[in-house]
Amino acid sequence: MIRNVLGATLASGAVFALSALAQGADPSLGRNLAAACANCHGTNGMSVQGMPNLAGQQRAYLVQQMQDFRTGKRPATIMHQLAKGYTDEQIEALAAYFAAQKAR
Amino acid sequence: MNRLARRDFLKTSSALAAASLLPGCAMEPAAPSRPVGRVIVIGGGFGGATAAKYLRMWSEGTIEVFLIERNSEFISCPTSNLVLGGTRTLADITRSYAKLREYGVQVLRDEATAINVEKKRVSLKRIEDLPYDRLIVSPAVDFMHEAIEGYDAEAQKTILHAWKAGQETVALRQQLEAMPDGGVCVIGVPRSPFRCPPGPYERACQIASYFKKAKPRSKVIVLDANEDIVSKPALFKAAWNDLYKGTIEYRGNNEVKAVDARTKTLKTDFDTIKGDVLNVLPPMRAGDIARTAGLLTPNTRWCGVDWLSMESTAHKGIHVLGDATLSAPAMPKSGHMANNHGKLAAAAIIELMNGRAPNPQPVIANTCYSFVSDKEVIHVASVHRYDPAQKTLTVVPGASGVSASRSELEGAYGWAWAQNIWADMLG
Repeated sequence: MIRNVLGATLASGAVFALSALAQGADPSLGRNLAAACANCHGTNGMSVQGMPNLAGQQRAYLVQQMQDFRTGKRPATIMHQLAKGYTDEQIEALAAYFAAQKAR
Repeated sequence: MNRLARRDFLKTSSALAAASLLPGCAMEPAAPSRPVGRVIVIGGGFGGATAAKYLRMWSEGTIEVFLIERNSEFISCPTSNLVLGGTRTLADITRSYAKLREYGVQVLRDEATAINVEKKRVSLKRIEDLPYDRLIVSPAVDFMHEAIEGYDAEAQKTILHAWKAGQETVALRQQLEAMPDGGVCVIGVPRSPFRCPPGPYERACQIASYFKKAKPRSKVIVLDANEDIVSKPALFKAAWNDLYKGTIEYRGNNEVKAVDARTKTLKTDFDTIKGDVLNVLPPMRAGDIARTAGLLTPNTRWCGVDWLSMESTAHKGIHVLGDATLSAPAMPKSGHMANNHGKLAAAAIIELMNGRAPNPQPVIANTCYSFVSDKEVIHVASVHRYDPAQKTLTVVPGASGVSASRSELEGAYGWAWAQNIWADMLG
């Protein structure tokens, strides 16, 4: 069980590392950007209460949500403002980082 | 402590650090290698505690971290106005430092009294001074009581600011409870910048909310040194008009210049105002330790930093976080911002201690929720990114704003924000 979880984490970590490499990006880019989401969504996207978990969500789903917040397609109290602070590349990096975190 | 004893102490503390790494290893599969150095963090608030945790987590235990904090527990300033409103207790907004130890942070209950910049050592009240490779100073604000005539040590016994949450918050609540119906509470707001820009106006809401329920003939008078409400003005005015009409009276451009605790009066340039409960926020500056260490930018009350690393512009190797910083444009002095400063500094320090350059494109964000009633909340939010031309963090165009209107939905988010940020900083 533990080995499986570890294996899955390492595998998703590898996918993330590859995608970061493919973009020629700083390997800590996703981690550093994601840290600004942790205030509300919990450390590494694991919320303790009352906010959606980002950890372990599908990467494509996270990208789509951020884009929908930006365009106003998905209504929000605050995310429509925050989502506009990030470029497409930064949203990709954020989504890859959270997708690679294990959900609780 | 003599030299030998100090060496023993350090040996012991290194062993402790190694032992306390074990729970951290469960989360971080990579085995810790030899420490790359030691970081001391002064101040366990939103900035310092976050930096300490993230330094341990992101360095995978390769950086030794001491956190110096004088209080035994963390008490949150954000949401502390709810204690004044009576819907939360101090226990609800208090959290333990214990979990930081699981990350290998060595939490020392002590107070930093001096920083020797040349020798890279911090003097402490309770134990021998400690050496560091890099230092983080997260000292919050201290208060300039001397700027207000009569606001001396004696007056401070009854005229409270309660702008650091704790026993003073409880004491102010007790003053409000003891006040007879028909009484007046006066809040004095200093000239901006000060810690928590929406805080005084949220406080007016919370006290008025309590008055409406418990003593409806009472009043809140806000004497503001600023021309107008500093943060979320339209939303606060709407709340005051809709919920607290006749209870809250706002006077802009009314700086409190003098206090008299005996007669319970305040003086502005225009009036003498008598109150039953006086809550005067003095002007603020970077915390004492930053000043004595020579970290203030000349002709300011704050510490200038390089926004790529939070490194002091006055002293290399020292990083300053939170309210104490000379704020970047449109950056509020908030707990949320301090938390983001802590992560920015942690990432940069790990790079610097490993001989690499810090991230050239940091992006951080701010969210401030204010409780305008027991259930309804308003927010202000912004995303800040590094602008190499201006060499500072600036608000990303279009990426800022406030609530469309106050709501109970944001009331739930506001309380959840607090739970998550406390967990994010303290483990």
